Amino acid sequence: MIWDNAFAISIIPMLLKGLWVTIQLTLLGTLIAAVLGLVAAVIRRLNIPVLSPLVSFMVIFIRGTPLLIQAYVAFFVLPIYGISFNAFTTGVVIIGINYSAYMAEVYRSGIQGVPAGQWEAATALSLPPVRTWCRVILPQAVRTVIPMLGNYLIQMFKDSAVLSAITVVELMATAQSIGTSTYRYLEPLTMAGALFLLVSYPASRLVNKMERRYAPKQ
Amino acid sequence: MSAIIEYAPLLWQGLMTTILVAVLSGALCLLVAFSMGLARLSPHWIIRWPAGVFVEVFRGTSLIVQMFWFFYALPFFGIQLHPLTAAVLALGLNEGAYAAEVVRGAISSRAKGQTEAGIALGMSPALRLRRILIPQSIPAMLPPFGNVMVDLLKNTSLVSLVTVTDLTFRAQMIRSTTGETAAVFLTILVMYFLLSVLLTMLTQWMEKRYALDRRALAVQRKALREASLKDKVGAL
Repeated sequence: MIWDNAFAISIIPMLLKGLWVTIQLTLLGTLIAAVLGLVAAVIRRLNIPVLSPLVSFMVIFIRGTPLLIQAYVAFFVLPIYGISFNAFTTGVVIIGINYSAYMAEVYRSGIQGVPAGQWEAATALSLPPVRTWCRVILPQAVRTVIPMLGNYLIQMFKDSAVLSAITVVELMATAQSIGTSTYRYLEPLTMAGALFLLVSYPASRLVNKMERRYAPKQ
Repeated sequence: MSAIIEYAPLLWQGLMTTILVAVLSGALCLLVAFSMGLARLSPHWIIRWPAGVFVEVFRGTSLIVQMFWFFYALPFFGIQLHPLTAAVLALGLNEGAYAAEVVRGAISSRAKGQTEAGIALGMSPALRLRRILIPQSIPAMLPPFGNVMVDLLKNTSLVSLVTVTDLTFRAQMIRSTTGETAAVFLTILVMYFLLSVLLTMLTQWMEKRYALDRRALAVQRKALREASLKDKVGAL
């Protein structure tokens, strides 16, 4: 028989452990991406000489290069200069930085969507810049951005499998190691795929619902 | 840096493989995008549902899982794929599933009046699609298609994990023989970046080329030219 059911059931606990690592990776990575992306978007908007163009270039560069290579650079090159973390930390930071470049664009469109009158009102009230940003602009900008962040969260959940290449033991790496040790790839890989689908499909449905709820009023 | 120059031919070969993988899977991606995207708009559930399942499965799981599945799990069914075939198949089907949603979204967001006018003129559904809905949707599809293609290009780096000797694979080889880790990885990072910049420029050019207003202008100009030509013929 091609599909060994008993074997498939016996590897579920191991795969679930891998799935839990994947989820941790995704949540921490999204947190980093959400914060860094916001910082990048605000810096770009402030038009600071040297710094703003530099951040803009970084965003374009990160978006134009593969996550796998970025992970390799962090994992193989940085230790040469004495900077080394364990695989999980490296993975979280790299995927966080990678997605922050995408989120910066999302925030940018959110900030652009805030009507000019809001800026003018803040200026008319002579609000200091920090309060203008924190109390007027960002609360309105982030609201429209939330569903997009959800989409990127799901995307990151699937993309985090790439980090198995730098020895982060998440779902994909677990499936792969079960495969190499038992010479049976069909069950672990199929089940890993099913687990990814099981989480990401309902999640994307949820985000779709949120999208409709938070959509800016036309 | 000297290691890079010494091993440049190897990197070149890798680059060619990367481009080959990108072109082949890009073609497959377009094929899948239109067939699945249109199938999801079909009024018959027997066509719509399988396409929906296909798109959700390929979008809902990781590309890398799919690639490994084609490479390691298919042999259990007696199907042994060449690494390149498995890689192209996984990349094309995965990105095709994303692009299918682009096709579906672009076509279903056309103004309803266009379909109604087609019906009023007695056009068959296939003709409406071919002559009205698809041509009108192309400009709307181009920007998201460009994103999918850049994504596809970047994801070709994953084919190195199923032993396709692409740019990333060659870089790993050079790294393990020379130990020049930093130089090698930074070089290919820049190479990938240049490739995606080129691809972005190409799609931007196409966006301009196929922009609706530009076509409208061209049509107008042609009509004017023909009209003036007719005047001349009439004068004769």
